[in-house]
Amino acid sequence: MANTAEKVAMQPGFTLQTPARSRVAAKTSALNWAVRISVILIVLLWLIPTLGLFISSFRDRDQISATGWWKAPFAVELTFRARAPAADQRLEDGQWIIEGSVFDDPEQSRWFPDQTGEVTAFGNRGVAPAEFPAGQTAEIRDGETLRVERDGTFVATSSEEFSGAGPRLYFEALTPPRFTLANYETVLRADNMDRAFINTLTVAIPATIIPILIAAFAAYALAWMEFPGRALLIAAVVGLLVVPLQLALVPLLNLHNRVGIGQSFLGIWLAHTGFGLPLAIYLLRNYMVGLPRDIIESARVDGATDFQIFVKIVLPLSFPALASFAIFQFLWTWNDLLVAKVFLPSAAESQVMTVKIADDLLGSRGGDWGILATAAFVSIAVPLLVFFTLQRYLVRGLLAGSVKGG
Amino acid sequence: MTPLLQGMVTIVVGVIGCVGYFYVSNWIVDHVIFPARGPNAGRNINRANRLRPWLFLFPAIFALGLYLVYPVIGSFWRSLFNRAGTEFIWFGNYVALFNEGEFRQSVLNNLMWILVVPAGATFFGLISAQLTDKLSWGNVAKSLIFMPMAISFVGASLIWKFVYANNFDIGLINAIREMFGAARPVDVLQIPFWNNFFLMFILIWIQTGFAMVILSAALRGIPEETVEAAVIDGANPFQIFFRIKIPQIMGTIVVVWTTITILVLKVFDIVYASTGGNFGTQILPSYMMTYMFRDDGRATAVAFVIMLLVLPVMIWNIRQARREMR
Repeated sequence: MANTAEKVAMQPGFTLQTPARSRVAAKTSALNWAVRISVILIVLLWLIPTLGLFISSFRDRDQISATGWWKAPFAVELTFRARAPAADQRLEDGQWIIEGSVFDDPEQSRWFPDQTGEVTAFGNRGVAPAEFPAGQTAEIRDGETLRVERDGTFVATSSEEFSGAGPRLYFEALTPPRFTLANYETVLRADNMDRAFINTLTVAIPATIIPILIAAFAAYALAWMEFPGRALLIAAVVGLLVVPLQLALVPLLNLHNRVGIGQSFLGIWLAHTGFGLPLAIYLLRNYMVGLPRDIIESARVDGATDFQIFVKIVLPLSFPALASFAIFQFLWTWNDLLVAKVFLPSAAESQVMTVKIADDLLGSRGGDWGILATAAFVSIAVPLLVFFTLQRYLVRGLLAGSVKGG
Repeated sequence: MTPLLQGMVTIVVGVIGCVGYFYVSNWIVDHVIFPARGPNAGRNINRANRLRPWLFLFPAIFALGLYLVYPVIGSFWRSLFNRAGTEFIWFGNYVALFNEGEFRQSVLNNLMWILVVPAGATFFGLISAQLTDKLSWGNVAKSLIFMPMAISFVGASLIWKFVYANNFDIGLINAIREMFGAARPVDVLQIPFWNNFFLMFILIWIQTGFAMVILSAALRGIPEETVEAAVIDGANPFQIFFRIKIPQIMGTIVVVWTTITILVLKVFDIVYASTGGNFGTQILPSYMMTYMFRDDGRATAVAFVIMLLVLPVMIWNIRQARREMR
């Protein structure tokens, strides 16, 4: 006990001084708790939707539509159908009887491979598969009864001989929570998401690298070379930063069609390069202007040309800004839907993932939640990886782009 | 595999092409056109130095001109022609648009987006920046709130589809309603008027991280003395936040606000993937896509209306940047 008291006394909020002071302390600590709880609530609100998608993508497809993903760790009640085989019927005291176990049916082997399970309810109609609780004897129609026990054994009786293959019966049973990679297999193999993934990569990488080079030279000129019209050019770049992409779509597509590029990968690389340039020039120039003047001046005095200064001094020093822009541009081109819809052909073999999801899966797989969750997760996995490993540069780039602008 | 290979070739060709252009053009200027020797060596060096910035700038200016400046003019010009592009109809496309109910609805919805999304994202961003600042695990919290920035608008729409779904066992909102005894699920994306706000929240969810990162840096840049002085004068935490801190970062708040405003005017993906513009949720960027590939005249007219909405922010940005450079 003494130990605990000591620990409490050593905490920053704890005080043994005057009552007034401790009232203030109590108030501060209440505020601290309020702060902590609010932060937790915000973080949960921001995290839970993504978490739901992530968990759903690993759930069995039957279980997804039966219970919410937040119940994923618990057993799920699913409905099944079985048959009381007429071949097994025997006559006893004027009654036809079939006995057996619902789990014997080979249809059930996917969920009950060892042919045991727990039945919670049963029925004889597909529209009401859980009409009667397990263990109850159900009167189905004149002279016909059905009973399914919790362990799955059933008894069906009838005053007339069972005809055909035997009566259908439906039951509801608990299934253990099941996590699988089946959704990923379906999405990547059958739904051609692998192709779309490669297409996205194909669009994103050249569209990230090419503008950096063009922009770096321009940014150096705007930051460290004196020439008439420089201020005007910088203002133009700032203005072009906000030009809505929508304006570019029709004229450029027509232009591409006229010069023979048409809707193609080459076209989308060029488009992304053009659209990414203002931000690239702006970010890199802001960064390069901040480099120490002494280094560049002394290199000039030593007789280095602008080209040498740029390649040997400015470019290596600007690495953080280059990395920031590269991340922005990569995320932007990877996540883009609009430019891909317009500048790439709509045929399946050149669809990128965003187009595939928005135009293809949401329509044809609209109700298949497991597939949708998985496709979405495949498409956001790479950006998330980039985000969590390179967050530092992303933050730095955001700050260079915005705080200085204020 | 072919496009991937083509991509690699493009990278190599592009990189070598760029570097080659800069190197070769530089060399030609220094050695062929204005050689730094002979009788005019001094004059030639000066001339070469006057030309060099334009060598460095040429590819960028060319690309910007072709891919951003030309389209502004080209789009406007195209919007004055009819669907086939054969007949000059003055502002016929604009008149026709303003007579369309869906267009007017898009404009109204877009104005709502412009009001709500920047306000919401800045508000949540400011709160989370301030609250996480003093916590030991604040950086983890920030990282998680920032995460949606990396997710595509389409991905985010799908993520939120799992929250909004019209189903007790998929949609979180309906699951919560069921907990409170609701008899049947509702499709929140079909509730007239309010469905817009559910869509807007997706963008707020994405942009809050951006606002938070920038505002958090601004809050840290506030001089310690001003806060200490307020503490000594007996100000409570709320007064310190609203009276001391907010006024000092007002400039940054405005920047965040305008940046998100511009983004709002460009994003068509969320509406496109969630409702397809149905149920009264159409906005201008997604409305434009209904005309894309069908009627270039109308499509460019819608695009130009978006441009007009962006224009005030653009002018403000340029003035701000010029003031800063002075």
